[in-house]
Amino acid sequence: MTSVRVAQILSGIVPGGGPVEEMPSTLVLACSSSLPVSGAGIVLMTDSGPAGVVAVSDAAVQTMEELQFTLGEGPCVDCYSSGRPELHPDLSVTGPPRWPGFAAGALEAGIRAIFAFPLRTAETRLGVLELYRDSPGGLGDDDLVQALAFADAATAVLLLLQGQATQTADPSQPATIAVLEDRAEVHQATGVISVQAGVTPGQALALLRARAFAAERPIVELARAVLAHEIRFSTMDGQDFFVP
Amino acid sequence: MIGTERLSKVFVELADTLVDEFDVVDLMHVLTERSVDLLGADAAGLMLADQHGGLRLMASTLERMHALEVFELQVTEGPCFDCFHVGEPVVNVDLGDAMAQWPSFTLSAVALGYRATYALPMRLRGQVIGALNLFTEEAAHMSDEDITVGQAMADVATIGLLHERNLREKTVLSQQLQVALDSRVLVEQAKGVLSERADISIGEAFARMRSHARSTRTTLTSVARAVIDGTPAEALVSA
Repeated sequence: MTSVRVAQILSGIVPGGGPVEEMPSTLVLACSSSLPVSGAGIVLMTDSGPAGVVAVSDAAVQTMEELQFTLGEGPCVDCYSSGRPELHPDLSVTGPPRWPGFAAGALEAGIRAIFAFPLRTAETRLGVLELYRDSPGGLGDDDLVQALAFADAATAVLLLLQGQATQTADPSQPATIAVLEDRAEVHQATGVISVQAGVTPGQALALLRARAFAAERPIVELARAVLAHEIRFSTMDGQDFFVP
Repeated sequence: MIGTERLSKVFVELADTLVDEFDVVDLMHVLTERSVDLLGADAAGLMLADQHGGLRLMASTLERMHALEVFELQVTEGPCFDCFHVGEPVVNVDLGDAMAQWPSFTLSAVALGYRATYALPMRLRGQVIGALNLFTEEAAHMSDEDITVGQAMADVATIGLLHERNLREKTVLSQQLQVALDSRVLVEQAKGVLSERADISIGEAFARMRSHARSTRTTLTSVARAVIDGTPAEALVSA
């Protein structure tokens, strides 16, 4: 969507000789400092959930993405699947009924308000621009328009980066945008679990999430334990998925 | 030197051309005119490559018909030609020294009264799509700062062209992104599946997948999908 605001945002973050890979970082910092929020981040999403963070203005945003990946629930997940913004000026009120696990984790991390905006082209959704506040409070009308402009600018930047992605080390893998934590081990572990439990990788991820939640351990830690053969799953675990 | 206030005004003006009635031609005219103002040049031209890789003049500050020749000659030689093919700025070139390098272009430029020339690349998707060409009547004098600003303006114009890319391109790129993200996950999952089935390490599983992809001339992604679906070739599991 073209608008003066989006164009101004884009021209403000053009590197002028620097690497284009820095544009997402510059954008989230500009977004965070020009709106009444504590931080911002660009998160890629697929139908399986959060697919990695492209840039964040601080660690809290990364924590939120991690929580949503681990729990499979949260404002980014819903924003992505509905294609509509999620506005939560007071997370302690509106969060727990929607996402009990995520809200508890986010509030504990000091996040008190969340605003998530879908990054989308006409036909495809790419991810989410996520903003948060460390105290309750909403976005005024003009702030909302500005946030939407930042979302459009972020979409343009993502497409730019995708277009410029150079070949990875392995030319038989499609080149794409780098993310901060690609969680390769988690996906490898779901592969292992899918064989051990006789389930699909999607179901295996659900099993891994459930085990991590029950053990109160970070999902990456559990994944590593699976890969090191310290933890095994079995067809007993898989039976939860099969309707008799 | 360029004051930051003037500079941001120019960037806002460039951005203003990217509004609903976006006009690529308008953007390019603004770019050439403002680069003359800001960088102390006497003339500017913007050349973009057509689908055959030939440079075409898209906008210039020169009005006289015969003056356009100095750009049109650059289809075969000149600073834009070099800049376009090398992908790097060609700057502070003293036309007094350029006869041997670009005979026809230099004659034409000197006849118009110019003494120095500069070309800044416009880059898109890792390829150079054209060049911003500047001329001065004084001897070559642009500072590194001027050149950085000039390059930034060329980059803004490139962003403008990108931002207005047509719907089809946006769709293609966004689908590419989704496919690539899914593929990343699939490959990692397949490593796990194969390592568990064949009782080998993750690294060994990856090596077998890659070698199988190479020897069958298929993509790693399709090999990964086959592993996950449970139809790997014998070669993968028993190797």
